[in-house]
This record gives sequence, structure tokens and C-alpha cells, in this order.
Amino acid sequence: QGKFTLLQDTRTDGSFLVHHFLSFYLRAGCKVCFVALLQSFSHYNIVAQKLGVSLTAAKERGQLVFLEGLKSCVDLLFGEEEEQSGQPSPLQFISESASNLKALFDFVRTSLAPAGSDSWKGPVLLVDDLSVLLSLGAAPVAVLDFIHYCRVTVCSQLKGNIVVLVHSNEDSEDEENKLVVNSLCHHSDLILWVEGLATGFCKDVHGQIKIIRRVSLELTAEQDLIQIYQYKIQDKNVTFFARGLSAAVL
Amino acid sequence: VFTEEDTYGLYSNLLFKYFLAEGVVCGHDLFVASAREHPDNILKELPAPLLDDTRRNELGEEAVVVKSEDSMKIAWRYQNLPKMEASPTTSTKFGHYYDVSKTMSPELFQSIKWHSFYLPEELSVQPKMKTCNMNSAYARLLESIQRIIYQEGFDGSDPQKKQKNILRIGIQSLGSMLWGDDVCSSDTPEDIHSLTKFLYVLRGLLRKSLSACIITVPAHLIQNKAIMERVTNLSDTVVGLESFIGSERETNPLYKDYHGLVHVHQIPRLNSLICDVSDTKDLAFRLKRKLFTIERLHLPPDLSDTVSRASKQDLAESAKLLSSGCGAMAIGKKHLDF
Repeated sequence: QGKFTLLQDTRTDGSFLVHHFLSFYLRAGCKVCFVALLQSFSHYNIVAQKLGVSLTAAKERGQLVFLEGLKSCVDLLFGEEEEQSGQPSPLQFISESASNLKALFDFVRTSLAPAGSDSWKGPVLLVDDLSVLLSLGAAPVAVLDFIHYCRVTVCSQLKGNIVVLVHSNEDSEDEENKLVVNSLCHHSDLILWVEGLATGFCKDVHGQIKIIRRVSLELTAEQDLIQIYQYKIQDKNVTFFARGLSAAVL
Repeated sequence: VFTEEDTYGLYSNLLFKYFLAEGVVCGHDLFVASAREHPDNILKELPAPLLDDTRRNELGEEAVVVKSEDSMKIAWRYQNLPKMEASPTTSTKFGHYYDVSKTMSPELFQSIKWHSFYLPEELSVQPKMKTCNMNSAYARLLESIQRIIYQEGFDGSDPQKKQKNILRIGIQSLGSMLWGDDVCSSDTPEDIHSLTKFLYVLRGLLRKSLSACIITVPAHLIQNKAIMERVTNLSDTVVGLESFIGSERETNPLYKDYHGLVHVHQIPRLNSLICDVSDTKDLAFRLKRKLFTIERLHLPPDLSDTVSRASKQDLAESAKLLSSGCGAMAIGKKHLDF
């Protein structure tokens, strides 16, 4: 409850974790607000079906609020004036010069606000992926403010969870991205860091995942717990195993 | 699909034309945008497709030559391994082949509809969409693409249209100075978000319509690497072409059969948790008189007197570059065919 999980990927694609968390929380009966900035709804829907969850059904019963960033952006730029239903678009910052993500935050807040008839367990905010906001013109400080506001509302007030995906590269020259990632790392309760293998491409081991539990944040003078596993992604499943013990080797 | 141009733009132009030519042969509609040369000229230079029988003859010749097998004496363990195929198996027919020495005949164009966007001609028109601080050339291009998609019904907005077709979009040299973007000429460009915003909106347009797009970008000119990283994240497929012209590799005996290297930086992972894996990541291309081929980088046996190769360092570096991308590669989707 009230946890902030950071998904970080380096030299590989960590989106399989996003799919996992999406279906995990939906199956657990939580109300999910999914800010999907990089892919279309049908992409997530098809993968979720393989994992056993139907996103369309979840949307219909009100369990899932899906913000399809790509569609929203196109509607914003090419939509006609009559379509303004009084509610500003969540991605308004793209067309305005003031780069603040307040409209996006308002969207998140209203979608996760508990309605009287809801019987869902805790609210969850899922973002895929945060680095795109920087590409769209938001300043790093604005992005961090957005996350901060979301944490206050979702984690503290509503006792929900937040899961955010960011990209990071060790020799990246993208300073703004590094700033955002470092800041988020310091504030996360759990970091799942997915990396491509340092030795290069391998057919049987797609990468390595580092699980960092930030126990040090709890002021009990303990060190962070770090666990490292390797993984292989299959069509409907991801298998994890200890380093060096891939099925191909044994 | 995102192609990083090679230094002189020769080979990336070729790929660009292949993409469009494939569209013509498959009966797709085309949209060609360029700031450098008029799309009419681009379309006149598309390579002619090879008809089935000529291709089969060529393959037949090559297969015959390979047949002669002497049994190996020293490395006999390798005898049982299948012969290394330089090019992907040609048994499955996927796409078409083209003859680079001939241009496509105009009759083939008559069956398809094509639209063009030539920046110098479009400068007089004011964009109607909210430009949102984007470079006005990009804004106009987006508007033009959106208009075509909407008018021709590629986004399914016209239920009357029975036959669904695909729109192939080709954008040449995006990000270069000709588009009014100074991303290529300075380290701290005036508006670093124009290119990425453009790509994001384009991605949105492509996702909601039946279209595919190839963009070539002079990546070697973009000095701000952060922009290239963001652009890579926003694209589905990223392929870099590195030609040997003018570099020290031109005279390197290792690379004497080839004209350049192909770096596949990223492949799409759409509608699935995984993407298709290919066995090799070392690809090189060469331009023969008639064909442009991409094949596995084959190192000739090291028959020199020195114990180790002079350019082992070089190879190790390029191998690192190749393998540190996303963990897998895909069998080409339609728009990667030649």
C-alpha cells in the first residue's frame, strides 16, 4: 500500500514489466489509471489477453481508465473546435508554451478519485513511459512535480500504488532524462532495473533484472536489499532464474 | 522505420527508393516528402522490379557453384554443419527483388495513387493546425499527412470504402537544415523538441491508420546525442547504415567485398511480449551492378603472416555496438523488404 515502484530499463526493453503489472493489478481487483504514452490501446490489449486479462472488459466495468497518449495528442492537434467538451485535454502542455503537467495530473486525480459505488481495492497509477514527456517538451522539473503531486494524492491520501517506467542509459548524453531518473531512484520504494547483458546479445537469456528494495528509506539503518536474476521472455510468460543457470546451460 | 543515413546519403537513398518501389509493386498508395529534391524526380528513379523468372535463374547459377563439396580433412567436425548462408533463405518468397540498374516503368505507377510534399512548394501555405511551437515545416508536413489519411480513408473513417489499402510514407532527410531545423548544425539548437514532437504525432497518426513510414535522417550531423536517443525511443525500428566511403575501412582487406555495414539498433516489439530473434547481428551491405544486397558479415580466413588481425580492435568495437542494442532482431516486416 502506498508504494512507489520504479521500472528502469537500460539497453533493452522493459515493457514486459509494464504488461505484468497491468494484468497483476487488474486481476487483484484494483482500480487502475494507465497513462500509456508510447503504444496504442490495441497493443496492450493483445498482450494482456495473452496474459489472461481483457482490457476492454476492464474499461467497460470502470476498473481501468486508459489514457492513450498517441491518440490524445493527435486529437488535440487535429481536432476541431466543437470537440472541446469543457474538459481540457490531459496532454495540453504540448500545445501550450507553459510546460506544466497540471492537466495531466488533474486527469489522474479525477480518474482515481473514489466514487461512492466503487468496490475496488486500492487505486493504482501506471505510467509507460515517463521519458516520452521530456521528448514532448516538458521540463524535467515539471515531470518531477507531476510525479510528486501524484505521489501525494495516490500514495499518501488514497493509499494506492504507483508504477512508472523510465529509460536510462549509462553513457547517455540526455542530461534531462538522467536528472529525472536519478531523482526518481532516490524516492522509490522499489526499483526494478532491467538491463541487457553486458556481454551482448544472447538468444536464451534476454537480460538481467535487479530488484532493489529500498529498505534504507525506512530509517531502520538497514542497507537496501539487492537481488539479481536473469530472465527470458516467451510469448505468454517470462521465466526468471539465477544468474548463470539459464535452461540452455543446465 | 527509421534509417540513419550514411555520410554521403548514397545508400540510404537506395533503401528509401526500395521501400517506395515495394509499395508500387504491391499496389499501396504512396506519400513522398522531401525538402531536397522534388518527389516527382524521386519517383522517376525507383528501381525496376525483377520479374520472377530472371531472379530464379540468377539463384540457380549461384546454387550450382556452391555444390562442389570436398570432404574436409582437418576440420572434419564442421562437415556436418549446414553450409553458412550468406543471405537469408530465399526459399520463402517475401517481398520483391529489384534491379538497380534500371528504373521503374511508368505503367506501374498508373495503378496506384501517389501524393507528394515538396517543401519549397508548400512554404506559401499557412498551416491550419495548432502548431504548438513546432517547426513550421514539420507542422505543414504533419498536416498534409493527416489530410491525406483522412481524405483517402486510411484511418477507417469512411465506412463506404470497401477495399482497404496501405499508405506508404517516405520522408527524406528529416532534421536536416533544409527542413528549417538547426538540429544538425548546432550543439544547442533553438528548439530541441520539434523533431521529437513531430515524431510523436506522426507515430500517433500511423498507429490509427493503415500506414507505414520510412524516415531517413542524417544522424551523423546531429551533434546533440540526447536527441538521437529520444528519437530512437520514439521509433519502432531503427537501422543505421555505415558506408565505407572515405573511411579507413574502405581499404581494409577484411571489408573488401562490402560497401558498408548495417546496424540494426532497434526492432519493433508490437502486440507481443517478445520479438523475433535472428541468428546474427553482423550485417553488411554491398551494391553490385544490379542488386543491392544485405548479408551476414563474412570474414575471410586470416591467411596473413601475422598472428592476429590488425583490426581486431575495430571488429570488437563494432561487435559491441551491434550487440548492445535491444535484445533481438525481427524478420523484416513488409516495410523492410527490398
